[in-house]
Amino acid sequence: MSDELLKPDELFAKIDHRPPKTDWMSTPVQIRKGMYCYASNYKSVEYLGLPNARPWNPLDDDWKLPENWQEIIHQGFKERLEKFRSFKIFMDICVRCGACADKCHFFIGTGDPKNMPVIRAELLRSVYRNDFTRMGKILGKIGGARPMGLDVLKEWWYYMFQCTECRRCSVFCPYGIDTAEITIMGRELLNLIGLNIDWIATPVANCYRTGNHLGIQPHAFKGMLDFFVEDVEDLSGINVEPVYNKKGADILFITPSGDVFADPGTYTCMGYLILFHYLKEKYGLDITWSTYASEGGNFGFFTSHETMKRLNAKMYMEAKRLGVKWILGGECGHMWRVINQYMDTVNGPADFLEEPVSPITGTKFENAKSTKMVHIAEFTADLIKHDKLDLDPGRNDNLKVTYHDSCNPARGMGLLEEPRYIIKKVCNNFYEMPANTIREQTFCCGGGAGLNAGEDMELRMAGGLPRANAVKYVHDKYGVNVLSCICAVDRAVFPALMEYWVPEVEVYGMHELVANALILPGEKRTTDLRGEPLPGMEDKADE
Amino acid sequence: MNQKYIYSLIAVLALFLIAYVGSEAAGLQILFGIILPYLAIIAFLGGFIVRILDWAGSSVPFAIPTTCGQQKSLPWIKPNAIDNPTSTGAVVLRMFFEIVFFRSLFRNTRMGISNGSRVFYKWEIFLWIGSLAFHYSFLTVILRHLRFFIEPVPSAIILLENIDSFFKLEFITHIFQIGLPGFYLSGLILLAAVTYLFLRRIFIPQVKYISLAADFFPLFLIFGIAFSGILMRYVIKVDITAVKELTMGFITFHPVVPKEGISGIFYVHLFFVAILLAYFPFSKLMHMAGVFLSPTRNMANNTRAVRHINPWNYPVPVHTYEEYEDEFREKMIDAGLPVDKMPDEKPEEITADQKKEGKE
Repeated sequence: MSDELLKPDELFAKIDHRPPKTDWMSTPVQIRKGMYCYASNYKSVEYLGLPNARPWNPLDDDWKLPENWQEIIHQGFKERLEKFRSFKIFMDICVRCGACADKCHFFIGTGDPKNMPVIRAELLRSVYRNDFTRMGKILGKIGGARPMGLDVLKEWWYYMFQCTECRRCSVFCPYGIDTAEITIMGRELLNLIGLNIDWIATPVANCYRTGNHLGIQPHAFKGMLDFFVEDVEDLSGINVEPVYNKKGADILFITPSGDVFADPGTYTCMGYLILFHYLKEKYGLDITWSTYASEGGNFGFFTSHETMKRLNAKMYMEAKRLGVKWILGGECGHMWRVINQYMDTVNGPADFLEEPVSPITGTKFENAKSTKMVHIAEFTADLIKHDKLDLDPGRNDNLKVTYHDSCNPARGMGLLEEPRYIIKKVCNNFYEMPANTIREQTFCCGGGAGLNAGEDMELRMAGGLPRANAVKYVHDKYGVNVLSCICAVDRAVFPALMEYWVPEVEVYGMHELVANALILPGEKRTTDLRGEPLPGMEDKADE
Repeated sequence: MNQKYIYSLIAVLALFLIAYVGSEAAGLQILFGIILPYLAIIAFLGGFIVRILDWAGSSVPFAIPTTCGQQKSLPWIKPNAIDNPTSTGAVVLRMFFEIVFFRSLFRNTRMGISNGSRVFYKWEIFLWIGSLAFHYSFLTVILRHLRFFIEPVPSAIILLENIDSFFKLEFITHIFQIGLPGFYLSGLILLAAVTYLFLRRIFIPQVKYISLAADFFPLFLIFGIAFSGILMRYVIKVDITAVKELTMGFITFHPVVPKEGISGIFYVHLFFVAILLAYFPFSKLMHMAGVFLSPTRNMANNTRAVRHINPWNYPVPVHTYEEYEDEFREKMIDAGLPVDKMPDEKPEEITADQKKEGKE
């Protein structure tokens, strides 16, 4: 963590929700260290063939924009108003009632009024009024309109990358105005003139080339999973050898590469390996991993709809090439927004796949009969309901668990009960966070939508405050020591957030908890996946 | 900050003067009683339709409902059919609750900080109550006014009037002449609600900060409409028969301006209404129609079961498996990963290498 970061109590004390004296339109943007992510690397932009690849720095006055950038933005705006009714309606009908204002984690954590969802949208709306409405043209500033200029552009860039597209505000909006939609459009427009951040641009380029955000090449991908196989063998005596790129397998499994790469996601990944091995041994599950479609996440979604489609295409292309029946998707947040609300539309129809049926329970996943892609929480919950897993929740008795609903599965899907059902079956100590901070009202981890970089740590700690504060509440009240989640970005973001705000809480993926509780035939296990002794095995684990 | 509502206030005061002086002193009753109202209605209807067609002309490429409850997945998990609808019927229900009861606003919370270390969220009901009061009292007032345009007055409207004036206040009926109908609650509530909506824009710092002149103008205008209406009814009496002569003439396209009995305040009232109508389609007031078209509310969350079609979906460049394998084939083989083409089949290796160089 950066040395310059304020101490938690200092950061908290600094939050001031009183708006400044000057009107927001007359308050120029200040791009501040710790609150923004580095500019996109031109090589990544170039690799993808996206516009205006060049080195640039947000702190410089000159952003090296194309000469006609205003024209490009204006045309891009116009085109998107025609292509997206959401955009046009959301530009037109906001009454500024203010219901959204204090719903945003970035506003709560920073007090910056431009992080109120309504003003974030007004940043674009003001230009919309000027460029596209008669009223705005006539009334000018008094009508809430302003012309596009370099200051406005910089303000757009700064605040479009201080929104994690979590959609919490849209739950409360009486017209369902969705700031994620505004931010998506804003970022698309910025990308037309080469204004992305590198934490998005480079993973996208990596994903395009190697199949995953981290740029892991096929042999290395296998090598990394091999490490987990060894680890699992060390702690259980069982070889859970996974299968790769297997033609004719029943099911293709795709999960975010973040879980292959870094703790604590790696334990979730080991969890998948253990579960699949169990199902293979016991029920003959025929499942394959892919090195080509080795990424569930989709940072293209944070660039433009087109880039999202380009990356997402791999899932169906690989499923078709391998000739599998259907696709199983791992724990991830925005990945599931894309799969649930976009994939079939952009890259379907998946008529070469079969309607998903669990080979073990025979359950038909009717809700996924068109995309042919099932969420692993749905898959595992169904297994447990049919009593197909041999579980000992007592093995997680040292953990007091709470559960974080990821924004996208909660508000772009409604996956609320499946994970809770699973966690309660594999853990005996489960505690919910306060009602206004979970389910459809859940708070973002503070690093979604491509903002989980290292250089914007202050932004992340501030944006993650509402979530962390709710964790702290259950930590203080019930002694909760585990924050469980079903999102790889969460697993990347939360460790730093917890260390900062609630240091006694560890981060677990759901399938790590499942694998802890799952009794493998013939196993000799005295520790959990992290090498900590299982409850009651403290003596044996030392041996 | 203040200038935003000052401008709007000045605008509404100016409109008042124009109508009052114009009808009382300049004798422009035909302009204010007939011509402007007709123009306003044309602007309203025309503008409204153009706006809807404009919205409808934009595509809905993706199904992006905001899901606010459990999805329909496994048969033993109870879905939240209204907040996470999967069928058209359920979407209609969701929209019904949204439009009739402002369901999303009902959820509103207020964030606060206690002891300098705990963030809390409290249910905040006042905006919801204020909005409901405003919209429903306004609707009642509008429906009541239908008595001016229909002869004989339908019994449904008389019933509505009776309900609206159900709480007759004795002292009011004593103060005013006998024969005057009871005090209409809707007018009072409308005035109170508008005042509340104005005050929260002045006194809640965040709401004040986000408010534009365009947020104050309709509030002042509607306040003016309600206030002038109440004045006419209880204080400055206008000849109802003369007003009805005008309104019936208006609606039957045989417009007449009664020679006497209608004071300037009536023309102010009418002019304000005309301005509101003409302003409506070009303002945020179009949320009335827009809420029906909001894709986060009026779509079903069934996109994994039923494919949503994007009318402008177009092919995009993708990185195919063949390109991928061409780049990594050797490494894949070394790692024991299956490949589609073995290296000895290839003259492709050269191309693959060139490709690699070109890309890096």
